[in-house]
Amino acid sequence: MAVVFEKTKMLTDTVFHYCPGCNHGIAHRLVAESIEDLGLEDNVIGVAPVGCAVFAYNYFNCDMYEAAHGRAPAVATGIKRVHPEVCVFTYQGDGDLASIGTNEIVHAAHRGEKLTVIFINNAIYGMTGGQMAPTTLVGQKTTTSPYGRSEEWCGAPIKICEMLSQIPGCYYAERVALNSTANIIKAKKAITKAFRYQMEGHGLNIVEVLSTCPTNWGLSPVEAMKWLEENMIPYYPLGVYKDKGAE
Amino acid sequence: MALTLMKGSEAIAEAAIRAGCRYFFGYPITPQTEIPEYMSARMPEIGGCFLQAESEVGAINMVYGAAGTGARVLTSSSSPGVSLKQEGISYIAASELPCVIMNVMRGGPGLGSIQAGQGDYFQATKGGGHGDYHLVVFAPASVQEAIDLMSVAFDTADKYRNPVMVVADGMICQMMEPVVLPEMQDYKIDYSVKTWAANGRGMSKPQRAIINSLYINTEDLDMLNERLQATYRVIEANEVRYEAYNLEGAEIVCTAFGTVARITKSAIDDLKEEGINVGLIRPITLWPFPYKQLHDAAVAPGVKAVLDVELNAGQMLEDVKLAVNGEQKVDFFGHYGSHMPTPEEIKEKLLSMREVL
Ligand SMILES: Cc1ncc(C[n+]2csc(CCOP(=O)(O)OP(=O)(O)O)c2C)c(N)n1
Ligand code: SF4
Repeated sequence: MAVVFEKTKMLTDTVFHYCPGCNHGIAHRLVAESIEDLGLEDNVIGVAPVGCAVFAYNYFNCDMYEAAHGRAPAVATGIKRVHPEVCVFTYQGDGDLASIGTNEIVHAAHRGEKLTVIFINNAIYGMTGGQMAPTTLVGQKTTTSPYGRSEEWCGAPIKICEMLSQIPGCYYAERVALNSTANIIKAKKAITKAFRYQMEGHGLNIVEVLSTCPTNWGLSPVEAMKWLEENMIPYYPLGVYKDKGAE
Repeated sequence: MALTLMKGSEAIAEAAIRAGCRYFFGYPITPQTEIPEYMSARMPEIGGCFLQAESEVGAINMVYGAAGTGARVLTSSSSPGVSLKQEGISYIAASELPCVIMNVMRGGPGLGSIQAGQGDYFQATKGGGHGDYHLVVFAPASVQEAIDLMSVAFDTADKYRNPVMVVADGMICQMMEPVVLPEMQDYKIDYSVKTWAANGRGMSKPQRAIINSLYINTEDLDMLNERLQATYRVIEANEVRYEAYNLEGAEIVCTAFGTVARITKSAIDDLKEEGINVGLIRPITLWPFPYKQLHDAAVAPGVKAVLDVELNAGQMLEDVKLAVNGEQKVDFFGHYGSHMPTPEEIKEKLLSMREVL
């Protein structure tokens, strides 16, 4: 029988623990495929976050670290300084990267660390059961914003690509979504580019992936995708925020 | 061997390099800033890496990253900065990674002072961060000893896959002493030995590296803790270091560590000239603590009391009491961090103790 499709060897056979309809799984696959496409299978180290992707070290089939909450960019810096020839990536949620870990990501970007950062923005803290994230939309109800996020009280949701693209050391920043086949193809291209740039000696490279959390949004997978399209994409516009390689 | 006159902080940094350390991540804080300053000049000369981190939190996580590759890595800070590192230290200990952390202690709590202190004894020896873990803790009392302990620290960290802390104080870092430096070691990571370390070759290794401290199943976490505790028992059995000074015929046995032990020695020497014999047990490893050695010295015939001297409100005192186990009188003399006791004060204290013995 002719093989028409094979799972990338950059993913282990461990079954994902992600909820039905969660975008983490698609994002994992795109990252894994990109690493394989670029021939980096035996030259790559990943850093998992604290968040729903905490077990990413069980899924990515390469040398892996599990970092403390938000610290992945500093951990990756330590790795990269020892092994500058090895591809190093972090995979982080929005509580991890955009709240507790802002210092680490901002300074990694300022140093122009030659890293690839996959940033999953699902507008909520998934792992701890649906609390408000710095990316939670104004008016969005979570377990710690039961009346809806108030801008007056909590400020406006953080736009990471917009912020990091201002930093001279940021080489590439693009925001993608996984809500359609076309967008998944675009996301894959962006992620591959973020890895390729690193291997060409450039940094920092970040891809922000708008992502669903049906469980904590209290929606079905289909409703969640619709909610993302109607609410997240308008506030977090998709596209390239910085691409020094294209300039 | 050639004697060189060197400032403590620079000698410590050079000794780390000669022990094979090629990676340093740190953040400025008095009184240890000369260590990162020295590293920033020296590392590029030998193809090593000095990086000023965004914070002590950043620095210790860079250490975690570098240590996971099996490299010899050092970070250095002073009390408030070491408090910030505690989260990372707990992760490093739990992930069984070797590295060396310097704490040049200053007066505390809070922002405290920039003068010497010993108030981080509890933090260094009893945990500091969360969870059941131990660091091996060395406390040098001179610049030469700090130099000599640097390679011991890296070797111990590698041997047990456990983080090692070296505690000093501003005094040791700031003073200049004639010292002998060891030969340069060019440490290369041997991935056939450090099979647990990450080098990116996950696909072609028998087992890919996973540097991790999460064990969500109770049994798995138990296994980690059993392994850690077993390592700690071996360390306790094999790595205790201490100095015994003038114990022969001593009426009183002093306990002190670091610079304070040196000052205590001066008091002991003065008293000896007056015909009064006082001894000293100086722990060189604060953890593992020389419980047995101190116990035996404290209950030796002729000894009537123990005096613990520290630059804090009495932290090592708790270990001294545990060692003595109620079998001897234990007294304490200390200053809060930031002003060193003088030999005269210690002498006076010892004389006053003698009057009531
Ligand atoms: C220092 C620290 N603070 C808090 C936590 C608890 N915690 C675990 S995951 C998490 C939030 C994760 O949310 P996010 O980064 O958005 O990832 P998601 O789960 O949504 O993928 C928090 C607060 C922790 N593990 N460590
Ligand atoms: S809680 Fe949300 S983010 Fe976490 S796995 Fe489930 S759907 Fe995904």
